[in-house]
Amino acid sequence: VIDDIGAARDAALEKIATAAALDDIVRLDQELLGKRGTFTVLKSSLGTLPGVDERKAAGRALNEATSAVTEALEARRTVVTDAERDARIAAERLDLTEFVTAPRRGHSHPVTQAWERLEDVFVGLGFTVAEGPEVETDWFNFEALNMPESHPARTEFDTMFVDHAGAPPGSTVLRTHTSPVQIRAMLAGPPPLYLIAPGRVFRRDTPDASHMPVFHQIEGLVVDRDINLGHLAGTIEAFTKAYFGEGFTSRLRPSYFQFTEPSGEFDIRRPDGRWLELGGCGMVHPNVLRAGGVDPEEWSGFAFGFGIDRMARERHAVEDLREMFSGDIRFAEQF
Amino acid sequence: MKLSLNWLRDYVPLPDDVDRLVETLNGLGIEVGDVDHVGGVPGVVTARVVRMERHPDAATVIRVWVDRGDGVEHHVWCGASNFSPGDVVPLATVGTAMPDGRTIGSRGILGIPSDGMLCSPRELGVGGDHSGILVLPADTALGVPYGEVSGLVDDVVFDVDVTRNRPDAFGHVGVARDLAAKLQLPFTAPRPTLPALGNPAEATVEIVAGERCGRFTLTVLSGIVIGPSAAWMAARLSAVGQRPINNVVDVSNYVMLELNQPNHAYDLATLGGRDQAASFGGEDPARTEAAPAASRSERVNGIRVRTAKDGEQLTTLDGMTRTLTMDELLICDAHDVPIGLAGIMGGEHTEIGDRTSTVALEFAWFEPLGIAASVTRTGLRSDASARWERGVDAYGIDKSIARFVELLGETCPDLVVHTGAVDARAESLPPESRSTSLRVSQANRIIGVEVSRDEVARLLDPIGFTVTGDDPEALTVNLPSWRPDSTAEIDVIEEIARHYGYDNVPRRVPLSPLHGHLSPVQQRRRQVRAVLLGLGVSEVMPSPFLSADDLRRTGLDLEVLRITNPLVAEEDILRPSLRPGLLRAIAFNAAHRRPGVALFEVGHVYRPGPGELPDEREMLGVVLAGSAAPAAITAWREVAATLGVGARIDQGRVPAGLHPTRSAALVAGRDEIGAVGEVAPGVLDAYEIRERVAILELDLSTVLATEAKPARWKATSRHPSSDLDMAFELDEEIPAEKLDKAIRQGAGSLLVGLELFDVYRGPGVTDGSRSLAYRLRLQAPDRTLTDADTATVVAQVRAATEKLGAHLRQ
Repeated sequence: VIDDIGAARDAALEKIATAAALDDIVRLDQELLGKRGTFTVLKSSLGTLPGVDERKAAGRALNEATSAVTEALEARRTVVTDAERDARIAAERLDLTEFVTAPRRGHSHPVTQAWERLEDVFVGLGFTVAEGPEVETDWFNFEALNMPESHPARTEFDTMFVDHAGAPPGSTVLRTHTSPVQIRAMLAGPPPLYLIAPGRVFRRDTPDASHMPVFHQIEGLVVDRDINLGHLAGTIEAFTKAYFGEGFTSRLRPSYFQFTEPSGEFDIRRPDGRWLELGGCGMVHPNVLRAGGVDPEEWSGFAFGFGIDRMARERHAVEDLREMFSGDIRFAEQF
Repeated sequence: MKLSLNWLRDYVPLPDDVDRLVETLNGLGIEVGDVDHVGGVPGVVTARVVRMERHPDAATVIRVWVDRGDGVEHHVWCGASNFSPGDVVPLATVGTAMPDGRTIGSRGILGIPSDGMLCSPRELGVGGDHSGILVLPADTALGVPYGEVSGLVDDVVFDVDVTRNRPDAFGHVGVARDLAAKLQLPFTAPRPTLPALGNPAEATVEIVAGERCGRFTLTVLSGIVIGPSAAWMAARLSAVGQRPINNVVDVSNYVMLELNQPNHAYDLATLGGRDQAASFGGEDPARTEAAPAASRSERVNGIRVRTAKDGEQLTTLDGMTRTLTMDELLICDAHDVPIGLAGIMGGEHTEIGDRTSTVALEFAWFEPLGIAASVTRTGLRSDASARWERGVDAYGIDKSIARFVELLGETCPDLVVHTGAVDARAESLPPESRSTSLRVSQANRIIGVEVSRDEVARLLDPIGFTVTGDDPEALTVNLPSWRPDSTAEIDVIEEIARHYGYDNVPRRVPLSPLHGHLSPVQQRRRQVRAVLLGLGVSEVMPSPFLSADDLRRTGLDLEVLRITNPLVAEEDILRPSLRPGLLRAIAFNAAHRRPGVALFEVGHVYRPGPGELPDEREMLGVVLAGSAAPAAITAWREVAATLGVGARIDQGRVPAGLHPTRSAALVAGRDEIGAVGEVAPGVLDAYEIRERVAILELDLSTVLATEAKPARWKATSRHPSSDLDMAFELDEEIPAEKLDKAIRQGAGSLLVGLELFDVYRGPGVTDGSRSLAYRLRLQAPDRTLTDADTATVVAQVRAATEKLGAHLRQ
């Protein structure tokens, strides 16, 4: 019997060693160890052996053979499984560069991108973001900003007027700048104020490559105790570094605006040495503070403003501003 | 405004470093645009035309051979033929950098090279003439630099922007004063004096409109011989872009450009009225009676300053006849005939001519706002009006008259200034001396520096703001009459800052005591954008101006807000909806072979309203070309889930312009917060859009403002869940939304998930109904569900849905 067991074991191991597929392993498992399997049958035949010692020796031999076969089956199963997985992996190779469908994401407008980046920079500097209506009263748009009626500076704004039944003719305008938000913010609550006001503004300009009748501006306003021109220059410089990068610097030049005094324009110096004229700024005029209900003896402030579209245009080197507002998907997709 | 460096140097010894001067001017707020070097162009030499020849293949150019004094015939191509062999002309040799930026090359035409270029006056930067080549005197030496023979003066011209508060910078003297102060150089203003006066000559002045004209002086000058100006003056005027005309006109312009004093020289003989001029020398008893004070000329020559009568006409110097209104200020002759629009432009009739020998010289002061309003009304502007609008020194007149006489005397040695000059003044004349108080502490507070009283004086005195007083908190600053914009302390502080130098102020970042943040509305607006971008929708910003036709095509019949002065006459409507702009964009893209675009806009819409301002709201518009209504529902659900807002899809209310059977209003509580569905086929036809367009519109003013409560945590059950499929037959008239609600209500708290996974219409389902199949996921927080639990849920759901008229399918 022991010889039979040995022969069965050797035969089994040989079969196992040549099993090529997982199915063969499963079949062998059945054939050898299943209910009617070779070793199961052998086990049941042990009872018929005459002597106790003989039975014990045969039983030991059978156990050894069964474990050897079981181990061999498991080992072979692992080998075959790995081989089959490797074969599948090899067979299912993909050339990933074949998959060139365009991304389905939508495209944020470059003006929005600039707008949000600007907001983020100023939020980082401790500013909040204020908003106001696009249709404004001439009081907010002009008068409160130290431009009384008949002031010649008004004519420089190329204002569009709105026919609004609730107000006398000529006193409702499409805001020509975001500056009215300054006044609204001052009237809404006491200083200190550290805010920016991005928004859409309107001028009666014929569209061309660098002008649009509808465009976007960002206004900054700080009102606090003892705010001075140095704070304005420092803030512009901090913004310049944060928005454009460390290699950029800024300068202020005297200029003239009705709503600030002293007034200035600020330029950004690019790393290549070129200057980019960016916007206007200055110390908030005492009359403007007063219009906002702020006592100019107690508080002082600065304001600045520049074009958002301009920033987008510079960043992406857009040659014609009109393209930004054409609704052309071929433009939108580029950003 | 163009500034000549030579001219500025009459009053201040400026350095040669042009870059430094540009920096200094910019630092003073006088912004420099272009900088031009004028004078001879190096590389241009004189040459004599030897022969000229046409080329059979060149119709517009000729071949010219010239001699530059080296005895060699140099060949050039030339586009003009206003010269003949023997003429001396300027030749730009190869390599010459021309004033217009070109560099002369030798590339010719038809393969024949050109050894340089013959130049027109304009090409040489000496005037606007480009009709032909400049022909020089025949005895001009050959081969010498053109600048040398023509006496051209080398100069640097700065083209500067003058801000509204700096009328003085419209004159070379004003800029020189500013530069001298900044660079700490000596400033020497012109100090002309009048010569001994001649016999009296009368010209009368009557200021009728004293509120518009504060001062009017008229000085009679005789012994004038009209002729060309001296070369130096012509060169200066040319350098700053003023064409030399004759000695009187040139001096008039020169004084304006030097002292910012616009002025006018009338031919005295024309100021007596047109009828008078016609009978000059003859007897006219009536006229003599009307003018009893007439002396030598036996006529009254003079000026009346009054406002126009409505409909009154005047032919201005530009040859245009203008019809005036009563708001226009007129200069009239002694007989009340208009001869000029005050401060803006003279009339034709009184212009000085070649034979003028006696002029009446006007220096005046007009009220700036009145001139500005006239300019706006008439659309007529001039170098003079630009100055008047900003304010001219009312007290620089006497010096300016003397300067005029001094300069004219150079070409008119027999010039006589007559006694009897009139200096009429009226109520609008500003006071001669004005002052304001100044606190040094206030200057330091606004600028952010620490300057002393003496430093303030050192900065201000050189620009004519003289500081008096010792108490730094109560100084008096006398304001110069040439700076009419300066009236208050803050104006003086600006001057201190300007001359201290903005660059010298220490920069510091103010420490905001606030925490910087976006408001909830702003954060939620960004979330909306992010969701839409993720859904593959791109942002556009179309024009908010619409025509009536746009609204009609869109099927919107709304009360609208109009612009009274639109840029394009028919686009006078401020959009009441984002839809027309978005549909136009779809049509545009489709016309450019890009159908199927998905676009959104976040922007304001405007409607008439009862308040101080019209009704203005922020809207979201989403259009999905090539998609049907379900795509819009998906977009809505994504946005709603992100913002944590909900709304009923009310198909009973179809918004105007949308597809009647595939659209719904979004209703939250009682408010309509938007619309969802498809654009109406008729509207698509009107836009010539050939694909379906799914649309979502949302009132962001409302939706962003309603802040969602943070989601509240629910424990995730550790017990197994089980799924239950139930199909219902439901009448087509009843929205699935109601069935959904009934199921949820019936299933109660064990329901943790509900999905509509199949909608079926056809055999096996009653006509007019459809089958809706739902998968319910049931789970208890604290135990494993039993069959009894499931049976209870089925029974409850059945009961709840039957109330709605739904039948559970077996």
